[in-house]
Amino acid sequence: MVNSFTDALTGIGRYVLLMGRVLTQPDRWRMFFRQYVTEMYQLGYNSIGIVLIISFFIGAVICLQIKLNIQSPWMPRMVVGYTTREIMLLEFSSSIMCLILAGKVGSNIASELGTMRITQQIDALDIMGVNSANYLILPKVAGLMTIMPILVTLSVAFGVLGAYGTTLLGTTTVPELNEGFRYQFNQWFFWCGIIKAIVYAFIITSVSSYKGYTVVGGSVEVGKASTDAVVLSSILVLFSDIFLTQILT
Amino acid sequence: MIKVEHLFKSFDDKPVLKDINAEFENGKVNLIIGQSGSGKTVFMNNIVGLLTPTSGNIFYDERDFVNMSKREKIMLRREMGMIFQSAALFDSLSVLDNVMFPLNMFSDKNYEDRKTRAEYCLERVNLAGTGNKFPKELSGGMQKRVAIARAIALEPKYLFCDEPNSGLDPKTSIVIDELIQGITHEDNITTIVNTHDMNSVMGIGEKIIFICEGRAEWQGSNHEIMDADNKRLDDFIFASDILRQVKIAHDEAKK
Repeated sequence: MVNSFTDALTGIGRYVLLMGRVLTQPDRWRMFFRQYVTEMYQLGYNSIGIVLIISFFIGAVICLQIKLNIQSPWMPRMVVGYTTREIMLLEFSSSIMCLILAGKVGSNIASELGTMRITQQIDALDIMGVNSANYLILPKVAGLMTIMPILVTLSVAFGVLGAYGTTLLGTTTVPELNEGFRYQFNQWFFWCGIIKAIVYAFIITSVSSYKGYTVVGGSVEVGKASTDAVVLSSILVLFSDIFLTQILT
Repeated sequence: MIKVEHLFKSFDDKPVLKDINAEFENGKVNLIIGQSGSGKTVFMNNIVGLLTPTSGNIFYDERDFVNMSKREKIMLRREMGMIFQSAALFDSLSVLDNVMFPLNMFSDKNYEDRKTRAEYCLERVNLAGTGNKFPKELSGGMQKRVAIARAIALEPKYLFCDEPNSGLDPKTSIVIDELIQGITHEDNITTIVNTHDMNSVMGIGEKIIFICEGRAEWQGSNHEIMDADNKRLDDFIFASDILRQVKIAHDEAKK
């Protein structure tokens, strides 16, 4: 018990020290921007497909579930659109989408950096006098934080599109949904989702990078780091969701 | 010149390096040899700064490396080139981009000049025309040569090679050895090679340090190694039947 506590504290200390090396001025801005664009493409652009597919179907399913299980003659007909919009804006497109991305992006980052560590590529950077933590991690953090608001916006849009898709099944109608989507729209909820997503992007990239960057051993340890990165960043996303929801709303 | 004085290194109170003193000369290929687990990789990692010594001093041309500030160490590292056992090329970059990497990071030259320098370095290791390939498309020997080209791109004063012949066939090993020796002499670099390849020891070992159980057991050149009166060194160097026969023949000829 005491050992676990000490290990956790040591881990936090190492994470903070690593972030101290990451969040400094890049050695060469030219190289940073090149990496930044690459990471936005690899972590963000390559995730657009999965975000759109999941958001479309979840939007449709939320709409169907509310229509079939909650709506009653005692409730206004616009409740389906209204509830779908609020769920997508407040939780799904920010928190749940980031949990899904923690799996995809987190394991990708941890295994990439872990492999670079065990094949001495990170040592090669250090020997050259390059701040390897800054060169490798900062573009990932900045890249995902930049592209995450775009992913959240696309997720909301495709969730709404999915909800409209259910009108083809005849369970609801476009005017009903239109009324619900427009009912008492609070723009701040959209910004809450964006702010949450930016924080989660930092958590996912920094925690996964920490797990990958500090790998010691071989391929087994890289695999373990990849799993740990997903688990830890998912837990931290959920944990911070409680506080962010409390603070922002 | 690199000078090591009273170097100690321990891991969790377990001593690995015990009072090592050594001088690595300028313009010469300096070899660190020893059995697996003798501490030679730890020794080299201390010299290049991947590990911090428990005690002792390391001087790069009179500059105290151990007590330098972080900033000074970063500046000194730009005078170093290193070839790793695994070549450690960046998988995501082409061969040309790998060689250009240190230039892109630290050189103020324009793109054309950086590219010309990288192509010259590739030519120097006989890899002209491979710039557009990726490391995974190259053989082990070619990857090592790209690593050499990357290491010399910034015209380093100090070149470190960690088992550069590991995993290579004898013929390719000789090519790598000759490249390292040629570059060392032509550019007047202080080169340190960590190896247990006997061909390298006999071929390019202008200065050899034999590490045994964490101590510098013997120091000399490849010409002196046949006459070294050290049992541990003899057991290590002449472990194979062929080399033992050579040693016996040499001793008999001396009588």
